[in-house]
Amino acid sequence: MTSSPVLTLNGLSKTFGSVQAAQSINLELFKGEVLALLGENGAGKTTLMNMLFGHYMPDSGSIDIFDSSGTANQLQLGNPQAAIAAGIGMVHQHFTLAENLDALDNIMLGSEKFLELRRNKSRAMQKVQKIMNDSGLVAPMNVAVGKLTVGERQRVEILKALYRDVKILVLDEPTAVLTPQEADKLFDNITAMTQNGLSVIFISHKLREVLAFSNRIAVLRHGRKVGEISSKEANERKIARLMVGEETKVFSRKKLEVGEPVLEVDNLTISGSSKRESISDINLSVNKHEILGIAGISGNGQTILANAISGLVKPSSGKIKIDGENILSFDPSNIIQAGVGRIPEDRHKDGIVGQMSVAENMIIEDLNSSKIQSRGLLNHEAIMRYCSDLSSKYDVRGPGPNASARLLSGGNIQKLILARVFEAFPKLILANQPTRGLDMGAAADVANRLLEARQRGSGVILISEDLDEILSLSDRIMVIYDGKLRIAETHDRETLGLMMAGEAA
Amino acid sequence: MIRVEPRNANSAIFSYGVPILSAFVALILASIPLWLAGAPVLISYVEMAKGVFGSKFAFSEMLTRATPLMFTGLAAALAFRAKLWNIGAEGQLYLGAIAAVAIGTGYIEAPAFILLPLIIAFGCAAGSVGMVVPAILKTRYGADEVVTTLLLNFIIIIFLQYMLEGPLKDPMGLGWPQSSPILDQGMLPPLMERMRVHSGLIIAIVCALIAQFMLARSVWGFKLRAVGENVFAARHAGIKVNRTILGAAAISGALAGMAGVSEVAGLKGYLTSDLSPGFGYAGIIVAMLAGLSPIGVVISALFIASVFVGADSMSRAMSVSSYLADLVVSTSLLCVLIGGFFSRFKLVRAKLEGKN
Amino acid sequence: MIEIFQILLTESFWAASLRIATPLIFGVLGALICEKSGVLNLGIEGIFVAGAMAGWMAVWLGAGLWGGVVVAALAGGFFGLIHAILTVPLGLSQHVSGLGVTLFATSVSYFSYRTALPNVSSPPRIEPFRPLEIPILSELPFIGTILFQQTALTWLALFMVGLVWYVMNRTGLGVAIKAVGDNPNSVDAQGLSVYGIRIGAIVVGSALMALGGAFLTMSAFDAFFFGMVNGRGWICIALVIFASWKPGKALLGALLFGAFDALQVRMQTEVGAKVPSQVFLAAPYVLSIVALVIAARRAEYPRALLTPWFKGQR
Repeated sequence: MTSSPVLTLNGLSKTFGSVQAAQSINLELFKGEVLALLGENGAGKTTLMNMLFGHYMPDSGSIDIFDSSGTANQLQLGNPQAAIAAGIGMVHQHFTLAENLDALDNIMLGSEKFLELRRNKSRAMQKVQKIMNDSGLVAPMNVAVGKLTVGERQRVEILKALYRDVKILVLDEPTAVLTPQEADKLFDNITAMTQNGLSVIFISHKLREVLAFSNRIAVLRHGRKVGEISSKEANERKIARLMVGEETKVFSRKKLEVGEPVLEVDNLTISGSSKRESISDINLSVNKHEILGIAGISGNGQTILANAISGLVKPSSGKIKIDGENILSFDPSNIIQAGVGRIPEDRHKDGIVGQMSVAENMIIEDLNSSKIQSRGLLNHEAIMRYCSDLSSKYDVRGPGPNASARLLSGGNIQKLILARVFEAFPKLILANQPTRGLDMGAAADVANRLLEARQRGSGVILISEDLDEILSLSDRIMVIYDGKLRIAETHDRETLGLMMAGEAA
Repeated sequence: MIRVEPRNANSAIFSYGVPILSAFVALILASIPLWLAGAPVLISYVEMAKGVFGSKFAFSEMLTRATPLMFTGLAAALAFRAKLWNIGAEGQLYLGAIAAVAIGTGYIEAPAFILLPLIIAFGCAAGSVGMVVPAILKTRYGADEVVTTLLLNFIIIIFLQYMLEGPLKDPMGLGWPQSSPILDQGMLPPLMERMRVHSGLIIAIVCALIAQFMLARSVWGFKLRAVGENVFAARHAGIKVNRTILGAAAISGALAGMAGVSEVAGLKGYLTSDLSPGFGYAGIIVAMLAGLSPIGVVISALFIASVFVGADSMSRAMSVSSYLADLVVSTSLLCVLIGGFFSRFKLVRAKLEGKN
Repeated sequence: MIEIFQILLTESFWAASLRIATPLIFGVLGALICEKSGVLNLGIEGIFVAGAMAGWMAVWLGAGLWGGVVVAALAGGFFGLIHAILTVPLGLSQHVSGLGVTLFATSVSYFSYRTALPNVSSPPRIEPFRPLEIPILSELPFIGTILFQQTALTWLALFMVGLVWYVMNRTGLGVAIKAVGDNPNSVDAQGLSVYGIRIGAIVVGSALMALGGAFLTMSAFDAFFFGMVNGRGWICIALVIFASWKPGKALLGALLFGAFDALQVRMQTEVGAKVPSQVFLAAPYVLSIVALVIAARRAEYPRALLTPWFKGQR
């Protein structure tokens, strides 16, 4: 890279409470370059970018932006508007789109005067059209964003940034919601844009795409920059070691004789209010000693399928049998009684009552048990004993059984849920995105627990958008796309990727 | 630049300190309207205190006034714990009072140990219906219970006027829209000689103790709290959410109905359309000031009642409008809200280095 | 049945409908603006009282009628600001804060009224807004009586329907308000202030609500009474759901409501002997509940309604 820098971060630091989220990080970005920012969850990637974009105020450090003549201008910190004015655009992992407005309104938001009597939508449209032509990012402009697909929404997010004439574009985990093929397409578009002089920082924890699509890789760990390497000289093993400090684990999955079916789903159809909430003609079965992986991009019906098996929604038609027994009344308490343990997708929302104590959350699915209550009155001592037993058995760490569950870290919340589920000795475990957002250690814990359950004789459904996780844990794999479930005959990345994109494989 | 950061632990200092401080601040702020109204501020406060603590009678009046506030406060606290916004305690109070009068004025002739429990049971049941209906409209049709309970208050008061002009009208009432008096054996016994304070107070305190115990120690209370704190997780964990909400609604309505019973069968003896000077709405403030804790309700009801009784007697002595009491009470709600914020969050001054 | 049709054909019936609808139009529009920005404003009932009292008091103290309108709007904006501070930067429960503002605004108004007029037996009167009789147009049969005998405040209400519609649907400000009520992060990410937009929307919405109150003391009646708002604010909260947060439908809902109310008053005189008068008195409240139950199922609430948003926490 011979061109001049467009951005330097100089010794940025940020602490949250006792956590040092970023420790004097220095970073340079050059014109027309794609810089990958790699690190585990909690390594400080998002914190760093939020400081760049003015969402967080750094504790110390400064940021310089270079104009076309190469002179440095210090960026006013903690001010998103200054960042926008300096030509920095950010595409957040969680889309920042108003779903009740169309894409064009979202793009124009904030770049026009409030009280202008006539909004010039046609001029804005012309500009957007030109950007779409140049970059190859195309999305419908006059449809409410709520009706767009995830891929389209992401393109709107990027267009929104480009509309502001950005020189530096930050993409936070842009491929988390895309199929491998869609991701490739996105990177093609990014390459096209960098040829027009745009500089891109993209944040990721996926080694493969980082190697394939960046010019340079910066690796963060525990809030520090631990390495910087040209992509040409890097390989997966090298950067993985930088990222976690040790080599990644491979799970040992013993071959087991599968047993009787514990779950059979016949022709299950749910007609929800939107496509994302509908599934049609789902057939599947899970046996004892078996993990069935269901791969797919979020929003293709996984949530609604999981909700049906959890008893949260009633199917429009079709049957669900657990251990040969037909489920007649779709209510979570029935499903729990029938022997299904559920690890919910959104653990903060569905998994715990944050304001209640850790102990209370451990027993919440077990309120009728004589272990913890008699005649409707709770036995406080028994609950405490039970909770501390489970906390040590499942390594739930936190401020103690009486503390609010919301104070636990994501990984410990997941362990709490695992403890609750495993102690009920379920016939079937439904794990929906069980490692999403967890750091590598906690994710490995969860994976080992699922393997242990399989060993113990449970059937497991593992719904995940992490293809590596599906491939390393599953005995059989199915792919969900557009509310339909198909069996994957061959277990390779290429085939699964095509199936996840809805193409015949 | 100032940022909001959550506090990690809710310390006891905050949960007790904030309501006390809020009440205190509201009382101090009352000096502003007092001063604007041209009253000597310090003397007014003295008069207010005398109105509550000046005599045994004054104190018993305060206890009398606190009784219905404890019931409506408990009604609000239990419902709010389940995130069921029962703003209809005023109407439910009147339903309870109507039921008490309907069977207590001679419809059933029975000795006290039968009639009194019957009056209480019917009063509670009527109040219960008044909250279960909006709760069903919420769970079945998704109709916001805030709006329905608020509107039901008006409907019930109109219904009350109809009852007092028609079926329940006292034939000996000289044409006034009021009910016949409740039979002597249907009245809640008084607690002190020649004072108005009655055994409704004891019932209210017992209700608060039971509610406190049930919330903390029973499966029923567990479910109610879980539904209130996170309805999604509660449903996911197999708790029957609608049933829990309807149960909370029934108990909440019954407590509000009991406020009506206690007022007619404990204090007034007959029913008029001005039985309650807004006890239902004041109950919301009582509950919020108590941090939704049932035991706390007893204490905050005593405080609110003191403000009402004290301001009443002060306004007579100083000729300041008695609406001052409502002003103090509503200010204390706003103060406790703000205080609640500072007990959950802290403001952190983010350093701006001189680089702008 | 025939009686009903006869009533529906009279000019005075429709004129009365529009008159009854006027305060509701202000109230629903105000609630609409607040809720579109993501904040429920249950302060509405108290803000009605404050608007009614402040507007009337200003005129009684010698201000002009329009001066009274401005004072009412300012009073509404003031109590709206309290609600805004409690619910937006402090992120407190919108339900409880709103009720608190209602109780506070009501007690401030009552206390001020009683303090200013300690010993009056009958409420003092002011000279209220007169119907705007527009030459020629007022003479038109039917329409002339209905439309051109209303006071200036009714015209202001109708104008506000158009203005609110225009701002919400045709300006960048409207786009920003709708966005902040759907996903505050969308506004924040574009460098706009979530707090600023929400606080502004609540203050302006509350000022509109107060005009509904002012109409009561300065146009419908000529004096201030305790309890005169009588649940109108709460009815507006039901109507805004019924109107699915659209200004045009809000007008329609308020008019339907006004027509029903005017009809029941006339029915009362027709069949008064057979049915207790309370049935008619209760009808508007029952109607509001029915409207709410019908609308609730298909209501698409602004997605961020009731959800506080804090800067820097996402």
